[in-house]
Amino acid sequence: MTDTDIIVVGAGPAGSCAAIAAAKAGKRVVLIERGPFPGSKNMYGGVIYPRILDELIPDWFEHAPIQRWIVRRSTMLLSDTGALNIDYRSNAWGQAPYNGATAYRPDFDNWLAQQAVAAGAELICSTTVTGLLRDAQGRINGITTDRPDGDLTASVVIACDGVNSFIAKDAGLYKAVDASNYTLGVKETLSLPKNVIDERFGVRDNQGVDIEILGGTSGVNGGGFIYTNLDTIALGVVLKLPKLSAQKKRPEEIIAELKRHPAIAPLIEGAEVIEYSAHLIPEAGLDMMPKMVADGLLVAGDAAALCLAAGIWLEGVNFAMASGMYAGQSAVQAITAGNTTASGLQSYTKKLNETFVLKDHKKLRKIPHLVLSDRVQHKYPGFVTGIMERMFRVENPHPKPGVRRILREERKKAGISLMDLVRDALTGLKGFG
Amino acid sequence: MSLESLRAANNIERDATWAEMSFQERIDTAEFRIHERAHITVNGDSCRGCTTRECVVACPANLFVPTSDGGILFNYENCFECGTCYMVCNEAGAITWTYPEGGYGIVFHRT
Ligand SMILES: Cc1cc2nc3c(=O)[nH]c(=O)nc-3n(C[C@H](O)[C@H](O)[C@H](O)COP(=O)(O)OP(=O)(O)OC[C@H]3O[C@@H](n4cnc5c(N)ncnc54)[C@H](O)[C@@H]3O)c2cc1C
Ligand code: SF4
Ligand code: SF4
Repeated sequence: MTDTDIIVVGAGPAGSCAAIAAAKAGKRVVLIERGPFPGSKNMYGGVIYPRILDELIPDWFEHAPIQRWIVRRSTMLLSDTGALNIDYRSNAWGQAPYNGATAYRPDFDNWLAQQAVAAGAELICSTTVTGLLRDAQGRINGITTDRPDGDLTASVVIACDGVNSFIAKDAGLYKAVDASNYTLGVKETLSLPKNVIDERFGVRDNQGVDIEILGGTSGVNGGGFIYTNLDTIALGVVLKLPKLSAQKKRPEEIIAELKRHPAIAPLIEGAEVIEYSAHLIPEAGLDMMPKMVADGLLVAGDAAALCLAAGIWLEGVNFAMASGMYAGQSAVQAITAGNTTASGLQSYTKKLNETFVLKDHKKLRKIPHLVLSDRVQHKYPGFVTGIMERMFRVENPHPKPGVRRILREERKKAGISLMDLVRDALTGLKGFG
Repeated sequence: MSLESLRAANNIERDATWAEMSFQERIDTAEFRIHERAHITVNGDSCRGCTTRECVVACPANLFVPTSDGGILFNYENCFECGTCYMVCNEAGAITWTYPEGGYGIVFHRT
């Protein structure tokens, strides 16, 4: 007899959704979190797209601790002095059934974990899982923790322990860890009065803005982001690890340079840093994903590298919530059917393949590499802003130059060959499908 | 509006208009519940032969400090537990990395 049916390691979005799904189906669930409360170790951009919660918590949007509903989504291309901004606004996103929302993870993750408790799961915080237990056949059947007498057995362990997942590594599911598959995110939470944020970003009430930035990361491959909370702004950069160390520029210096950019500085004028934070992102999608099923074990969320980081999209929370939910459901099925070996748990992989979780990743497989490539990072922002600069600069008495000439000259100035441009355009078109 | 204030409003070459902060002030905005056990340890001998010193640039908490005799000074206390250091370090055995005891370490609030 095991101590419980299912152990979920990590009370982030993946873990809490796994616990909710399994507890709702009547299984005994223990949800273990190393932080003093769920969300206390978690940091992101960020915007959450909670649509997938409709299945587990139909009225989530009436209770979830959100800051602002995103009604403006901008993509900004920065050169040293210029900025091209593609800005879309939809006030419909600010009303039911809603789309994306900003939220603080310590609030949101804690709320989601309480939903698991309400569904019947037992939440244990301040406890670090230190390893896996195996039975005589080598099947995973529990965990060890840093608590005295802290071993716990179960029919299925679901690893939702985030990007560093020592559980998945311990189970041998990852090939060697390659730093180039990861980016480091650092961010400042900047405080400003709500009315100032409303005015600067052109929103009111609980409407919010999402700005994704390409360029402006001081020569380190990566990107930037700005999100509005009620009375703070989240501003940060995402940096490709090996490049970061090669550039000899520290993360906080790169943030400072982004904050001084003429297109950014006015937005954050006078804002005070009230919290500084850092966290890794699994960035390489399908190319880095581990095996997600072993005898007695399922892996979900960032632990399985399911975060989608494809330039204009940075979505991990929804992928974590969905994969966690499916893992919880598969664990329940396997236990009910009396087979919790890898083959008994295969319905999980099947479900991931059938839904957006792996479909989006397959469709966008080439995009993370394209977006972080040297050309896209260092040449295209200058190229595109160069075109804009000349299209809209009036050089009277000279007549306007033709668009084709501008394109050709700016492409040469940026050092991009026609072949490469065509190749990247095709990769982009195919990749974004 | 005076001519003076019109000119000022027209000055688009702004300097940074937020308060500059030291690195220590930056770190002090985060909450660390420090446990007596060091959850990360660095083996200074391995670092002596290391030429890349990736950790020094990449650690967001700036916890790796080169010493004049070619070693590395490391303090675990103000660590974000991000994992960057063990990923960028190419010297096997230089960094021993674990999570802190449950309930200790970084505690985020508005992230
Ligand atoms: C800078 C940055 C910006 C991002 N922006 C966005 C965004 O805007 N939108 C979006 O959707 N996603 C974003 N993401 C990605 C998103 O944060 C992740 O994909 C998501 O948090 C993954 O959820 P998870 O539950 O799998 O893992 P996590 O949220 O990391 O949760 C893992 C949990 O497990 C716990 N844990 C770990 N190890 C142990 C252990 N041994 N014992 C006990 N507990 C343990 C941790 O404390 C944590 O609570 C961003 C990420 C970063 C870093
Ligand atoms: S910790 Fe690793 S990267 Fe840093 S100095 Fe030592 S050997 Fe080099
Ligand atoms: S885990 Fe992150 S913050 Fe902590 S020492 Fe390593 S790089 Fe620095």
